[in-house]
Amino acid sequence: MNELDALYRELILDHSKHPQHFGLPAGDAPAHTGESYQKNPVCGDEITLRARVDGETVADVVWEGRGCSISQASASMLADLVAEEGLSRTETVALIEGFREALRSRGQLELDEDVYGDAAALSGVSKFSARVKCAMLAWVALEDAIAKA
Amino acid sequence: MSIPAAQTTAPATTDPLDAAALREDFPILGEQVNGHRLVYLDSGATSQRPLAVLDAERDFLTHTNAAVHRGAHTLAAEATDLFEDARATVAGFVGAEPEQLVWTSGATMGLNLVAYSIGNASVGRGAPASTALALRPGDEIVVTAIEHHANLIPWQELAARTGAVLRHIPALDDGTLDLDAAAELIGERTRIVAFTHVSNVLGIVNPVEKLIALAQAVGALTVMDACQSAPHLPLDLPALGVDLAVFSGHKMFGPYGVGGLYGRAEVLEALPPFLTGGSMITTVTLDHAEYLPPPQRFEAGTQPIGPAIGLAAAVRYLDGIGLGRIHAHESLLAERMRAGLVEIPGIRLLGDAPTARVGLWSFDVEGVHAHDAGQFLDARGIAVRVGHHCAAPLHSRFGVTASVRASTALYNTPDDVDVFLDAVSGIRPYFGV
Repeated sequence: MNELDALYRELILDHSKHPQHFGLPAGDAPAHTGESYQKNPVCGDEITLRARVDGETVADVVWEGRGCSISQASASMLADLVAEEGLSRTETVALIEGFREALRSRGQLELDEDVYGDAAALSGVSKFSARVKCAMLAWVALEDAIAKA
Repeated sequence: MSIPAAQTTAPATTDPLDAAALREDFPILGEQVNGHRLVYLDSGATSQRPLAVLDAERDFLTHTNAAVHRGAHTLAAEATDLFEDARATVAGFVGAEPEQLVWTSGATMGLNLVAYSIGNASVGRGAPASTALALRPGDEIVVTAIEHHANLIPWQELAARTGAVLRHIPALDDGTLDLDAAAELIGERTRIVAFTHVSNVLGIVNPVEKLIALAQAVGALTVMDACQSAPHLPLDLPALGVDLAVFSGHKMFGPYGVGGLYGRAEVLEALPPFLTGGSMITTVTLDHAEYLPPPQRFEAGTQPIGPAIGLAAAVRYLDGIGLGRIHAHESLLAERMRAGLVEIPGIRLLGDAPTARVGLWSFDVEGVHAHDAGQFLDARGIAVRVGHHCAAPLHSRFGVTASVRASTALYNTPDDVDVFLDAVSGIRPYFGV
């Protein structure tokens, strides 16, 4: 697999074309929901993400945004992961930190599929330093949203 | 049949330049990127530098480096001579006198210098002549809707500081400026008209002489961004009649960190200083300072001396080739690029007006984000710009947040364009669109 194909894995293109948990319901957000808007000023990519925190558990993530396939796939994969795992606040923060560390590793660290699910396919992004921000956008939004929830 | 030699020799001005030969002057163009020959189509962001520029800076730093306009030692005198010779050379490149050229760190600095200087005039600073430049609440600043942020935000800030009103000349769907609207907008309240000579997104050469005429009719100051024209078109700023104009060294084959602000003598004379400090004063007491005339009045602190000497080498290099030939060469590249792009399904050009332009096209790839398109091209060694190219309002006008921009320079060849076109045709299939 060449580096371009390693970046644009089939799974990433699938998620970007069929984003999961996409769409913010109209009206006020439910109680215990934090919302975050993030923008990549370089390219104008943007995301609005809402996270509902039930007690200490991050119960649901929904989002809307527009941007490159990496940023859209990353948001979709993240929302899937959170919906499936029922992680605590602390675990979610650790998950985001681990993701950030892997993406900034310039290809040195691989994301564990058992922990990151589909999002492990984003490991290839770490070799493309210009695209790390694209992949991080939704994760930064979740970090901010749960802090507000 | 024999043809007389005189008829087979084209006039010097139309003698096509040999880009393939000129490439030898640019070592970086021999680089391999991702296993491919580098195809550099991002000169609109920054140009590559010929050896003549690299050598000029190195020679200066190796043999003559010293601070200028101070010190009595031999190197200081030689460095000052080289620095002022560079000013004369770069001024001459745009048809100006040396006193009409202010060194800046680049076009952004030049535009901010002008805006802040006018802001200073607006609070009563400067010579008696500065009052003519002062803005008052209700005065109007007119910019175009297609500006680079560097020729927009300084005016937004100046308007906010002075109570002036910022107005915008809209663009038509084909990327040209709405001159009817411009004629309506530019009126008695207009004090400043700021515009770009060539759009950094559309590549269109704007009818700046018409904007200047509209501004002059109401006595408004004209400010022109010449970043995207200086490396590509012959420029005679005094003949054009513009009051102030800026350009960046690194976009015209010169070093980073140096640029020029051209001004008509009366206008520079009326502008109060922006940055203050060393090298721009005549007398200083603990409570007061008097300032040097232009251009030194605007050159506080140690200037980018080596880069200025490098920029002079760059414009000598350009003059050696001839801007007319460069423009003709790049016009052909622009036509070749357009002809190929319009044949590729899903490509939409931004600003497709059949008008004078430089070798620059921005486009949207339907169904593929510009970043992804750029990544695909990069894997083939092709360097383009992706994003909003510091012109977000322009992109909003054309209904996109980002685009792909391919921009040429004198060293690009028809083969570069063909490699690029072949790769662009593969973008949508790769992403399954």
